[in-house]
Amino acid sequence: MSDSLYREQILEHWRTPQNFGKLVHPTHEAFENNPLCGDEIGIHLNVNNHVVGDIRFYGVGCAISMAATSMLTEIILGKKIEELKKIKKEDVFNLLGVMPSPSRVKCALLGLSTFKKALQIFEQTE
Amino acid sequence: MRKLRNDFPILKRKIHGKSLVYLDNAATTQKPRQVIDAVSRYYAQTNANIHRGIHTLAEEATEAYEGARKKIADFIGAKDPAEIIFVRNATEGINLVARSFVAPRLLFERSRELLLTEMEHHSNLVPWHVLQSKVESPKSKVLLKFIPVKKNGTLDYSKLDTLITKKTALVSVTHASNVLGTINNIPRIVKAAHAKGVPVLVDAAQSAPHMPIDVQKLGCDFLVLSGHKMLGPTGIGVLWGRRELLEAMPPFLGGGDMIRSVRYDGFEPNDLPWKFEAGTPNIAGAIGLGAAVDYLQKISMQNIRAHEMVLTKYALKNMQKISGLTIYGPQDSKKQTGVISFNLHGIHAHDLASICDREGVAIRSGHHCAEPLVRKFGQNAMARVSFYLYNTKKEIDIFIDALKKAKEIFK
Ligand SMILES: Cc1ncc(COP(=O)(O)O)c(C=O)c1O
Repeated sequence: MSDSLYREQILEHWRTPQNFGKLVHPTHEAFENNPLCGDEIGIHLNVNNHVVGDIRFYGVGCAISMAATSMLTEIILGKKIEELKKIKKEDVFNLLGVMPSPSRVKCALLGLSTFKKALQIFEQTE
Repeated sequence: MRKLRNDFPILKRKIHGKSLVYLDNAATTQKPRQVIDAVSRYYAQTNANIHRGIHTLAEEATEAYEGARKKIADFIGAKDPAEIIFVRNATEGINLVARSFVAPRLLFERSRELLLTEMEHHSNLVPWHVLQSKVESPKSKVLLKFIPVKKNGTLDYSKLDTLITKKTALVSVTHASNVLGTINNIPRIVKAAHAKGVPVLVDAAQSAPHMPIDVQKLGCDFLVLSGHKMLGPTGIGVLWGRRELLEAMPPFLGGGDMIRSVRYDGFEPNDLPWKFEAGTPNIAGAIGLGAAVDYLQKISMQNIRAHEMVLTKYALKNMQKISGLTIYGPQDSKKQTGVISFNLHGIHAHDLASICDREGVAIRSGHHCAEPLVRKFGQNAMARVSFYLYNTKKEIDIFIDALKKAKEIFK
């Protein structure tokens, strides 16, 4: 199948998403949904000394939003907040290894926007 | 039906190197050469403002615009072209009725309720929410009630008589669901409503393109449709209303064309239908819709309905064979239009739509502007195919193959 959007790596993350679930006592959390398609993603963080020591995500969505978020959590885990603030949407497309079509960009970026929201909450509570 | 595909230039397009299989007709339909030509001929040869000039072009443009009105009156069985109001789309038609017909009625204590169904498109739900927020005070609530949708996707008519009360200002219902495909029993609803003196609006956005419509047989008081869903251009739609109701209604928008005379301290509204057509209308759109109606009538709405029933039956049969596939709706070509919403277990509707797109197959995914209904069926999103006169069984085969590919990818 020539469908590059559904590369094996993306399907792998969709089948077995990394860091999927919830933390018992997250220090910070955020939730976002895309009302247009009903996708929902929540992110739980444990931040200690400005480092993300643990991360989980949960929710329902298409393979693209789930895989992108799964990949993103792998990148986020163990990194400093200062560094994580620099994550851009291009980084997500790089992780996916494919530029989604315009109608799917929102799916690809739902996890990132949820994480950004969690970062904002972190900043506000600092 | 095969030959008519040549009338639709877009059907020759390739998508990702594959022939386009357009199965998103409930969203909007493709346009035949005859409609495209009517619009471009108007701009190339006749363009002028209407009702305002005595030069030749103005007269020709007015004649073409009013001629389109007559065609549409004939198409839906209206007694008088003056009952045909040109609007932008079905949505605007419903908003017009909300503001000019229902809002004044809601000022009376005895009209405090609106009855809809649970399967309405947002365009027959949100205008009523907006109205509610405008006329509601803590003392006088406006109640929205809903005819329930049963699990099989049809309406529960047993509740009809208790849901319609003397306080109901309007029953506003869709003729055919844009999600489930269900064709509702309008005469039955009208009978129950009229027995209590309650008027009925029918949203024919998903029915008028696909089956014969006769407002006299339906018995309703208002009906709306969108031109772009029936081979016509975007930006043109129709509100039909009974003359005596339209005459008693105050204007919707103010401006040129809708007035008979204007003074510095007031105005006198124009006659029907122009009373409701403020400003320069979508002249080319109306002419295009007239050409679309000509095209549909030449093939005949009976033939179109028959063709779509064959396709729907064929699609249902083949979709039902796919394990893990759930269909939402009556699953009976006699009780529904060529609209089929479904989900494939474990695969999000968006992913299905992306994979179909790779095969050249255009399907819809999401909540289809009927979010409460999709949620009622316990879903966040659904995939949907919807057929029209130019679709073929072969195209349905290609769609079914794409579904199988999706299963293969996501196994
Ligand atoms: C049943 C129904 N009603 C109303 C509409 C609104 O049509 P428009 O957006 O052209 O106003 C639609 C469009 O999808 C529809 O399916």
